Amino acid sequence: MAQRPLALIAGALVCALTLVPVGAVLWRADGLSAFGPGAWQALRFTLWQAMLSAALSVLLAIPVARALARRRFRGRSLLVTLLGAPFILPVIVAVLGLVSVFGASGLVNRGLDVLGVPGMTIYGAHGVILAHVFFNLPLATRMILQGWLAIPGERFRLAASLGLSSREMFRVIEWPMLVRIGPQAAAVIFVICLSSFAVALTLGGGPRATTVELAIYQALRFDFDLGRAAMLACLQLALALAAGLVALRLSGRAGQGAGLDRVVPRWDAARGPARALDAFAIGLAALFLLTPLALVALNGAPGLPDLGWPVWRAALHSIAVALLSTALCLIWALPLATRRGEVVGLLGIAVSPLVLGTGLFILVRPYVNPVALALPATALVNALVALPFALRILRPEAEAVRTDYGRLAAALGLSPRLWLTRILLPRLRRPLGFAAGLTAALSMGDLGVIALFADPERATLPLQVYRLMGSYRMEAAQGAALLLLALSLALFWLFDRGGRVADA
Amino acid sequence: MLTLEALTVRAGDFALSADLSLDAPGRVAVIGPSGAGKSTLLDAVAGFRTPASGRVLWNGLDITGLPPGKRPVATLFQDNNLFPHLSLDENLALAIRPRGGRLDKSEAQRRDAALSRVGLGGFGQRRPGEVSGGQQSRAALARVILQNRPVMLLDEPFAALGPALKAEMLSEVRRVADEMGALALIVTHDPGDARRFAERTVVVAEGRAAPARPTEELFADPPPALRDYLGT
Amino acid sequence: MKATLTLAAATCLAGAVSAQEQVLTIYAGDYVASEWGPGPKIEELFEARCDCDLQFSTGDLMPRLLLEGDNTEADVVFGLTTDVTRRARESGLFAPHGQDTSTLTLPVDWSDDVFLPYNYGHTAFVYDTDRVTEPPQSFDELRNAPDDLSIVIQDPRTSISGLALVLWVQAIYGDEAEAVWEDLSDNILTVTKGWSESYGLFTDGEADMALSYTSSPAYHIIAEDDDTVKAAIFPEGHYFMAELTAKVASTDVPELADAFMAFVLSEDFQSMIATGNWSFPAKLPREDWPEGFRQLELPEKVLFYTEDEAAELKDQAIEAWRSALSR
Repeated sequence: MAQRPLALIAGALVCALTLVPVGAVLWRADGLSAFGPGAWQALRFTLWQAMLSAALSVLLAIPVARALARRRFRGRSLLVTLLGAPFILPVIVAVLGLVSVFGASGLVNRGLDVLGVPGMTIYGAHGVILAHVFFNLPLATRMILQGWLAIPGERFRLAASLGLSSREMFRVIEWPMLVRIGPQAAAVIFVICLSSFAVALTLGGGPRATTVELAIYQALRFDFDLGRAAMLACLQLALALAAGLVALRLSGRAGQGAGLDRVVPRWDAARGPARALDAFAIGLAALFLLTPLALVALNGAPGLPDLGWPVWRAALHSIAVALLSTALCLIWALPLATRRGEVVGLLGIAVSPLVLGTGLFILVRPYVNPVALALPATALVNALVALPFALRILRPEAEAVRTDYGRLAAALGLSPRLWLTRILLPRLRRPLGFAAGLTAALSMGDLGVIALFADPERATLPLQVYRLMGSYRMEAAQGAALLLLALSLALFWLFDRGGRVADA
Repeated sequence: MLTLEALTVRAGDFALSADLSLDAPGRVAVIGPSGAGKSTLLDAVAGFRTPASGRVLWNGLDITGLPPGKRPVATLFQDNNLFPHLSLDENLALAIRPRGGRLDKSEAQRRDAALSRVGLGGFGQRRPGEVSGGQQSRAALARVILQNRPVMLLDEPFAALGPALKAEMLSEVRRVADEMGALALIVTHDPGDARRFAERTVVVAEGRAAPARPTEELFADPPPALRDYLGT
Repeated sequence: MKATLTLAAATCLAGAVSAQEQVLTIYAGDYVASEWGPGPKIEELFEARCDCDLQFSTGDLMPRLLLEGDNTEADVVFGLTTDVTRRARESGLFAPHGQDTSTLTLPVDWSDDVFLPYNYGHTAFVYDTDRVTEPPQSFDELRNAPDDLSIVIQDPRTSISGLALVLWVQAIYGDEAEAVWEDLSDNILTVTKGWSESYGLFTDGEADMALSYTSSPAYHIIAEDDDTVKAAIFPEGHYFMAELTAKVASTDVPELADAFMAFVLSEDFQSMIATGNWSFPAKLPREDWPEGFRQLELPEKVLFYTEDEAAELKDQAIEAWRSALSR
């Protein structure tokens, strides 16, 4: 199978698109500069919050994913889709949603007030963690859920026939899967949180919650100190790669082998305490993740009728960008769905988007007007940014398919094209659908690099949300945010649904 | 004739050597203690392992460097013989046209004939998960028939089936191999299988595959390694 | 879809017709050229008086311009702000605007011959009279306000208004700035990356007061017919901020660029910009302002640092803010 050269090409492209722009920024800088005041404090805070956010997101995701994996109930599929929503929201919208729940005048505090209990504040280090868990719990849940669903039904059948208790079953079947998936999911979330900045600042309550990414923003946009920006970007990159390598080491080798495609019920889940536990996990997660979303919808509804053609046009642009990103990302991800490929893929989110955008601008500018490339460049960068997520979703199952059927395919002498179209893609249907949905939705919500060189005629929807807010139109902005949320979810649902039709 | 010429195959710390020839047509059992390297031997023939040294020859032609699909070899694995998301018909079509494309009329007839031959006429639309274990084995055998290669490798193929069913499948394979005039190589740990199926037997023990000897003769006067294994 | 096609066709036609016309390329801040900013109006008004095609190109103004250097396609830059002009001036990319600045109606003297202000405002804390019935009457009162008065501000490291805020505190309190920030830390609910996030938190009722501009209430009065949003005016003075335009030295259409400089100070432009950009016009007597603007209370005392002073004080002022709020 001609997969190795393809993997090399795909990997080289990722490296070129991430490292070359950083190099360009360095090259364009007048030498390196010293870190500003508070840089070490920023580094400490960045590391601390990223580690804690990643660990909490993954730990909390385990009971939720387990519950979702072994329960079938009315509306489950809708719930699974909705639970993914926080991850794809534009930061500013999500923050306002969170604030309307946990903020000084939010639901929680109003409730506490009625009860006569002293209120809580969301602003502070715990607020940053809360927000990051809000964003990433859905991602972790879906990744782990995917791992659970990938365990062949035969294993559970065997366990049931052995009469294994829930605990034993966990130790023998589920724990090995978690050890494989958990560290990788945590690494991805860690890297996302490394470059967090608007959330950290807004909910962190002030400069105590300064992150490295904020220092990059300051260097690039405010001080125009390319040397400092590039150095900080390299620091961030090194941290991300270190996380990726640690996760790779922890996650060990391949999967559990093939099972035939039967839907096998879980026999251990019928008992009362298990049911209660699952209901509790699902209920709590739904409450935590969906309440802010509901408030985003509620706050946005009055603004919806005011949305004019500029917003709708931006929505069309965003959909086009999202679809293009999705196609690019999947083409990219398939050959890279290997252990090494996944580490390479992390580069996509390890490089500060600000530095990436600036670097691309420097590189492209001598040849073309960057403004003309705003939308394609956004699609490309969004594909790059979504790549680690797509790989995280695809890799375990792609590897399983290769282990289980690689020999048979080789013995038959299947052509690479046939292997791809008849075996790999159909076997990967479910993770592919999920990856595509996630990429599309992420791309819808991502501001990408467009902020540096947007054509006023070619704005995307998130950019229009910011523009509306920037011109006092808060109500319309919330309406546009609701539109964005709805479109993102619709795209996510369509793709994800497409992938899951098989076992509906 | 299949020739393993001064062959050494390494798998981790383990090394297996073989220097032997097997005549085609013919039915040969490969027997030996667990972990002695039976599967490693088959892998080298099928092309899943590259030998450290030596050559694999088919009728004097060096096939050591050929990929599995290009060898004159069809393999029945222990499991995963069929793609679970494809119907039996689709699975078999891949054996006829590994580079894709629709089967033409005569190819489709061949496919249906192969299915009928293993007693699965009319089951073509079903997926592997929708038929019994025995039927899955038969479908896999039909796939081997369609591949129509002069060498058949069977790696403990029917271990999951009951004794009666297994005996039935073995005689089925025997019939198919004889009709095709193929060299059938079966790995087994069951001396009964070897005696029922194979004219000649290769004993694999202590890192070495011994040249084939007539099965009955071998069991009448087992060498020490085989004696230990049989516990006689 | 059909609409998109029609639009695309229209754009092509427009492009064909104007092929002979000269193009004036204006780099502008993102908010300027959006459908809700002053851009479309500016384009309409200026194209009516010149035989030319005005094209906005938006994005991060200064980073982009400095990256492009002499190769820039920009003829004019629109939307720079005071406090960060020194870096722009040092780049040597700009030519004198050639306009008479003595007739400007700014509350400060303006004699800069490169950067031309078109509108201005002052930093101020806005509040909602329904929620805050007894707003602080001075900066000192704000400093000593009870803990339950919550304010949101912007980060001086990432936003221009945040920078203006720390300079404002510096201008009032000098060396005492750090102590002021420490006193304020109990009231500061949070710090946001930019103005939009702060203002969003304010309108959502999350914070009592937000750092914004003296002109902000005009938006609510005029666009929403709501006069409950007010800016608290302090006797210590308010920090002046203006938005600026400048002619790029390497322009290939210098006459058009000059014409644009003149246009910015014209009555057409000046009477549009108040509601176009929700700021006070730079050259228009107060009696000619739109009604909603005329009724606003303006600070008696205006504070402002020259760009050199600002550049010098900037790091110190930010550090005072950072270290006081990091504790």
